[in-house]
Order: sequence, then C-alpha cells, then structure tokens
Amino acid sequence: MTEMVYGTVPVRDTEPVLPKWWRTVDRWTLTCILLLSCIGLLLGLAASPPLAAKNGFAPFHYVQRQAFFGGVAVVAMVLTSMMSPVLVRRLAILGFIGAFIALALLPVLGTDFGKGAVRWYSLGFASVQPSEFLKPVFVVTAAWMLAASQDVNGPPGRMWSFALCVTIVLMLAMQPDFGQACLVLFGWGVMYFVAGAPMLLLVGMAALVVLGGAFAYNNSEHFARRIDGFLSPDIDPRTQMGYATNAIQEGGLFGVGVGEGQVKWSLPDAHTDFIIAVAAEEYGLILVLAIIALYAIIVVRSLLRLMRERDPFIRLAGTGIACMFGVQAMINIGVAVRLLPAKGMTLPFVSYGGSSVIASAIGVGMLLAFTRTRPQGQLSELLGRGR
Amino acid sequence: MIRTPLRPLPRILEAREKGENPDAIERENIRIRHEQMRDQSRLRAEGRLLVLGVFFLCAFVVVGARMSMLASSEPVEPRAAAPGSVISNARADIVDRHGRILATNLDTHALYAQPPHMVEPERAADGLVQIFPDLDRDRLLRDFTGKRKFLWVKKKISPEQMQAVHELGEPGLMFGPREMRLYPNGKLAAHILGGASFGKEGVGAAEVIGIAGVEKYFDDYLRDPANGNAPLELSIDLTVQAAAERVLYGGMRIMNAKGATSILMDVETGEVISAVSLPDFDPNDRPRPILTGDQGDSPLFNRFVQGVYELGSVYKIFAAAQAIDLGLVSPSTIFDTNEPLKVGGHRIGEFHNKRYGDLSVTDIIVKSSNRGTGRLALMIGPTRQKALMERLGLLHETPFEIVEAATGKPLYPTRWTDVSAVTISYGHGISTSPMHLAAAYSAIANGGRMVKPTVVKQSGPQEGTRVMSANAALQAQRMLRAVVTSGTASMAEVAGYQVAGKTGTADKPKPRGGYYEDKVIATFASMFPANDPQYVLIVTLDEPVETSGDKPRRTAGWTAVPVAAEMIRRVAPLLGLRPQADPLALNEVVLTSGQ
Repeated sequence: MTEMVYGTVPVRDTEPVLPKWWRTVDRWTLTCILLLSCIGLLLGLAASPPLAAKNGFAPFHYVQRQAFFGGVAVVAMVLTSMMSPVLVRRLAILGFIGAFIALALLPVLGTDFGKGAVRWYSLGFASVQPSEFLKPVFVVTAAWMLAASQDVNGPPGRMWSFALCVTIVLMLAMQPDFGQACLVLFGWGVMYFVAGAPMLLLVGMAALVVLGGAFAYNNSEHFARRIDGFLSPDIDPRTQMGYATNAIQEGGLFGVGVGEGQVKWSLPDAHTDFIIAVAAEEYGLILVLAIIALYAIIVVRSLLRLMRERDPFIRLAGTGIACMFGVQAMINIGVAVRLLPAKGMTLPFVSYGGSSVIASAIGVGMLLAFTRTRPQGQLSELLGRGR
Repeated sequence: MIRTPLRPLPRILEAREKGENPDAIERENIRIRHEQMRDQSRLRAEGRLLVLGVFFLCAFVVVGARMSMLASSEPVEPRAAAPGSVISNARADIVDRHGRILATNLDTHALYAQPPHMVEPERAADGLVQIFPDLDRDRLLRDFTGKRKFLWVKKKISPEQMQAVHELGEPGLMFGPREMRLYPNGKLAAHILGGASFGKEGVGAAEVIGIAGVEKYFDDYLRDPANGNAPLELSIDLTVQAAAERVLYGGMRIMNAKGATSILMDVETGEVISAVSLPDFDPNDRPRPILTGDQGDSPLFNRFVQGVYELGSVYKIFAAAQAIDLGLVSPSTIFDTNEPLKVGGHRIGEFHNKRYGDLSVTDIIVKSSNRGTGRLALMIGPTRQKALMERLGLLHETPFEIVEAATGKPLYPTRWTDVSAVTISYGHGISTSPMHLAAAYSAIANGGRMVKPTVVKQSGPQEGTRVMSANAALQAQRMLRAVVTSGTASMAEVAGYQVAGKTGTADKPKPRGGYYEDKVIATFASMFPANDPQYVLIVTLDEPVETSGDKPRRTAGWTAVPVAAEMIRRVAPLLGLRPQADPLALNEVVLTSGQ
C-alpha cells in the first residue's frame, strides 16, 4: 500500500500539454502551413531583390525580415493552437476590442505611406495593418454571438454580429479598402450560412447581388469599364495583369529557372499581390499547382474536421477562419490568372509582409485550436460539452 | 407560430402535489429541448459545411486548371490593348480593269522602344538621331530615361534604316512588322483611290484603313479575311486614266484654269473608265486637309463628285429630248426666239443678247438658245420636268462607290415653279456634279436607259430603267451631233471619231449671292462615236481663260471643247474603237466661231 503511494510517479489528472497537442492537432494542416511558409521564403528570395535594390538595401534584406517574421509567426501559431477554444475565445474577444479601437483610430493616427489609403500604423521598424489582425478575431467574436443566439433564451446574436460586421465593413470601405471589407463580409456570411440562414434569404440575397451588379454596370461607367476590361480577351501588356499573364506563359511547366525571371523587375507588387506570377515564371506550373493544392488541403480538411464538431461556437468560428483564409488565397491567385477582376490581396504566408504573416499565423493558429481532435460522443456531450 | 410551453404543466402540477421541486423538471425540459435544437442545427451545419468544402475544392480546381491552361499557352509578344478585336494588317490589293496594280501592300517595320529594357539610353538616342535626323535627341533621351515603358519611335522605316538600328545593338529598341499601303502609280487615279493610313496599332501588326475614296468605301471588303485577299477590280483603265490626266493637265495649263475634271464613262455598263480631278495629290503622301479658305481649292477636293456647280447649257438637251419624248414637238418644229420671254416677272435673255430669229428645235440646241429652251420647258411644265430630273438621278447624290460621292448632293429649288423650270432647262438654278451629268448623258447615249455610275468592274450592261423612248434619245443624239458639226462645239470634231456633245458655260456664283462677270465653269458633255455612242466624256474647266485672241474668251466652245477633243483623239484608240472613215467630213466647212 505504502509502496503504492510513495515512490510512484506522480500522475496528473490531465494529459501533458505537448503530447496532447501533438496527438490532437491536425498535423496535415500544420505541415501544409509550414510548407507554405517555406515556399514564401523561397519566393521571397526570388521576388524581393528588386524591391531591395530600389530601396537601397542589401539584396536579401527583405528575405531576412521575412524569415524573422516567419519564425515569430510559426511560434505564435503553435502557441495559439495549444490554447483551449474557451481561452482562444476570451483572448480573441479582448483582441477584437483592441483591434476595433485601433481601426477606429486609424484616420487620426495612421499613415498612408503615400498610397492614398490610410490603412497602417507605423511602428518605426515595421508597419502594422490593424484590419489584418481584426479579421480572425472578428470571426471568433461573431461566431460567439451567433452560437449564443442558438441557445434557448439566447441573446439576438445574429443581429448583434451583423451590426458589428456592417460597422467594420463601413469603416474599411472608408479607408478605402474594399478587399478587406469584402473578406469580412464574406466571413460573416459563411458563418451565418452554416449557422442556418434561411434558404429564402440566401436566394433573395443572390438575386439582389445580381440585380445590384447589373445596376452598377449600367449606371457606373467606372465599374463598367473595369468589368469590360476584365471580360475582354486581350490584355494591355503594360498593365500589371499583362505582365502577370506573360510571366505565367513564359514559365510554362517547369519555369524559366531560379533567378531567371523578368516579371519581378516590372511589377511593383511582385513580392505581395503578384507573388504567384513570380512563382509561375521561375518555378513553373509545378510549384503553382503545389501551392494551390496546399491551400485546398488546408481549407477542405479543416471544413471536413469541423463537420464532426458538435459545439456550435467552435464549428462557426473554425468555418469562418478557414473560409476567409481560403478565399483570400483564391482571390489572389484568381486575379493573377484573370479569373477575377484585379483586387489587391496578399497570399497568406507566401506574400511578403510582417503584420500580414503574423496575423495570418494567429488566424491559422486559432483554426488549428478549433480543429483539434476532441471527444465528440454523446456521453461527453452530456458530461461537459465535450471540451 | 406554435409555442411549446417551457413548463410541462401536467408534470409540474403532479410534482407539486408530491411536494417535489418543479424547477428541476423545468430545467430538465429545457435541457432536452436544447439538445434537440443542437442536434438539428448540427445536422444542417454538417450539410452546409459539406457544401462549402465542395465549393472550395471546385474553386481551387478551377483556379488550378486555369493556371495550367495559361501556363501551357504560348507566350506572345505583348499586343496593344484592343478590346474585342485582333489587329490584322491584311488588306487586299486594288487593280484596274485589266488587272494592273493600283494599290498594294509593302512589308515594312515600325520602330518602338521599351525604355525599361534599355542598356545605354544615351548611346541609343545618339545613334537614332544619326539614323533619323528628324528626331530630337533631347526628347528621345527624356523618353528613354523617364517613366515611360513603351513608345513608338518611327511608324515606318526602310530596310536600310532597320539594319542601322539593328547595328546599334540596343535591346530596348524593337521592330513591329507593318504592311504599308503603296500606290505604285503615284498620282494616277488619286481621287478614286483616296488613301490609307494606320488604324489601331499594336506591336505585332497595325491595321491599314482606308481614309478616302475607294479605299474607305470598300474598307470592310478589303480587310475582310473571308475574301481570301482577292483583289478589288475597278472599272478604271490605267492607260486611259494616264492619257486623260496628261491631256487634262495640259488643257488646264493652256486654258489658265485653276481646276479641271473629266469623266469617261461606258454608257451601257455605267463603268467609269477614267475620272480625273485636278489639281491632284499623291496618295502615298496624302496632304493634310486645308483648314482655312475654300475647301474647293484643296488638291484633296474631288471635283468629279464633290464639285457641285451650275453646269449651264449642257442641260438644254434634256428639255429637247423630253419635249420630243412627250410628243410636244419634233426636231423641226419652229420657235421664234426673238419674241421676249417673260416668266413670273423675269425676262429671259440670250447669251450676249444675241437674236437668233426663228429656230427649229435642233437649231435651238445647236445655237444654244435660252429662250427657245425656256419655251420647251414651259410646254413640258415643272412637274414633268422634275420627274425626269428625278429619274435621271440629278436630284440625289450619285451612287458612285467612293466616300466623297455622298457629299456631292445636288442643289435645286424646293419650290419647282415655272421660273425654275425655265432656268433649269438651260442649266441654271440646279447644281450637280459632273458625275451626275455623265450618268444622265449616258442615258441619252445608250438609247434611253438610266445607268448607275460605278467604279467597280461590271460583267455586262446594266439594263437600267427606261427614262425616255429610244426615238427621243436618238433624236437627242442627232441634235448633239449637229452641235459639233455646225454649232458651238465645232472644235470637237475628231477625225475618225464622230463626236456629239453640248457645251455649257455657267457664270460662277459669288459666295455672297450674284454671279461673277469673269469667272465661269466651262463644260463639254460629249459622247462618241455619234452613230452608236459607247462612251460619254465630260470635261469641265474651272475658271478657264483662253487668251490667244484679241480679248479673253471663256466660253466652253473655246476652252473645254478643244481639251475634250484632244482627249478623245488620244483615248479612243486606247479604248479599242476603230476610226471611221467619214467621206462627208472632208467636204464640210469647219466653223470656228464659238458658242
């Protein structure tokens, strides 16, 4: 008896943190994310020297920065993914309040870096775009509200989250930053869809979008010109689109070779919005398809895991983050191949950008936290909501 | 909406009776309902998540597929933006009726620069200025070192210049293939051909588009790839055109005219064999339109379709022919032309107040009597006269297939009164182009059928609508022949080719109303050979003065007629007409007095 008490290894009632994390985390997604970061670093080697040359730095200045931020991002992601969903939710709501205030104060304290839109805070060594951080924490906050509204006697969370969403969209549109505004709206819409939006409303909204598009096309010359330019089969070779298309065609299946690409010298946004064109030119279709496959695996796998999830909050928050992540990647690549009209949007983890990478990492960390394997049986549901 | 009660009343009442706490039952009930709700929403969410997953998978596959398509397509040299169309530089040749080239294409190159690819902009600018002295070095250097990513340096360069630019070895200088429109005959038929220029330009090609004349009228046809580059065959005969231009140019110089035009037309087919307008221009180097002054003085002005003037007495034959056609008179019907003619308060006078006395209808034409023609017009009446003019196509622009023809719109009074009828019968009060006149004379020459003037080679006679009886046309031809044998156009007698025709001398109107005393439009409208007319020739001189005599002579008989006669002498053999021996002509006395 004594021996049974003394001299035995002390047993904790909970599993150790790291083994539990390794056992439950979605290792496929984690691997994909790490691969994407490596590809981002690789492409940074290709795409950023022209920018560095222009700004008078050493050729690989931006690669070093990217590597540093990438390291910070991976740590942030792993730490976030280790948290429990409740902790994630609490921190995210706090973060949301902070990011929201930061966004609201942009017109007063922000800078536009001469690009005509006030989106950044300059911190000296780096610039921070609050909207990047706002996206994941907003999704979590809205998911919390939507999930709460599904309880008996719950608050009108749909209404609240919608009001919040509209406020943020308006604030982003004022900057103006329509790309982020669309993403936020899309994220909320997807969650609302999964939370059980009535079919009639969805059909009505689709009809409204079509009508609104037709109206805008007929009444706004600017809009019509953009759409016509997008639909026309010929591209002006002196536009970003023209350079990007040419780069993809030059690249072919295996690319023109490492460092041999030309498009990075012509495109001002080669290291951010059009990084995929650089990838296609230097490494060819192979790498591009690999990148697309990585994004597809992350999104589809996360959604499939969330299908098994019983907790409405986790389901909604996970869906919102995964879809936002996927759509951002899709828009970025879709623009480069002219499937979508031109819209500046970074490719998460691959494009250069400190705050963008860290924000994406926090978002994906949350996603990993939400998609961790959890007991989903009826019994655990009865005992403690399955956490 | 049916509300389910939160508190299952029967069970609570039962519990109260037993003294138990009813709250537990209520909580239990809420928990069960919550479970049900969650299960329901979970199932729905599962389905919708699956939809989302499939959507994303499809979307990524589409993006990947599109990327594969793009990557597997061949990279092309960037082209200029031209939404909705591909720039093609194909353009068919234009040939004359015997297949001789009038307009063709020549391969050449355009030179453009892409400053971002330039290695040594300064050396490039220096070299270019050496090759093309008209370029400005400073401006080139500014363009090459500035923000521009693309600029055209030269639109057309020769092979030698291209080689010289090659030898500069500058990678930022590039060549775009071009097709240049070439008119190997220079000024010949310039007004018919018009000209071409570059339309939409891209690096790979530039459209060659017609900007005037046949080139513009048939622009779509010439550029249509469906025609397989088949040349456009015109009715023009290059040799005849060349002869006509030389004669007319000489005539214009001798007669001191400031402009001249001639039209030679086949009376059966309506084909225009030659059409000249002087002064002319070189379509290879088309002059700019003049911005000030009278457009009529520009070499670009096309006198044969745009020169809308009162053409004078050449119209008289229409009145005579119509009067005969209607059976009102015969060629020998006598009119007293001394008797004053007063219509609507206007006195109608004769040229130089001549008094001709009693004249037959034939002599009215031969002597060109205004009063005599006026009486014929009054017999015909304004309504029938207008109807004939309409049928002869004199009241609308001609259907001639060059773009300028549409601007040659006739001018005529809106109210066609008796006075109008009388003045129009001798060619005043109605303004038409020489092309109108050629078509109307063709109707007389071919026996009374209207033909449309055309510049496209025809395969056979037009067989147009009948505008007068064959007899009336024949009588009119005889009268016109008499004008040459014994009337105002005696200089038109050409040995071997019997010419028939009518002179017309019209005072030029002043821009502010009234007429010039000393500026005329002299016209000779003729047909040959007179016994079976096959061609109509119109020669019109603008402000001619013949100064060989004591005083300057301006009438058509002294100016337009000799030019036309010389033209027929030169052109008729080229047209393949055999000269006819005319024994009577040897005995005839040639009158040399005018009008």
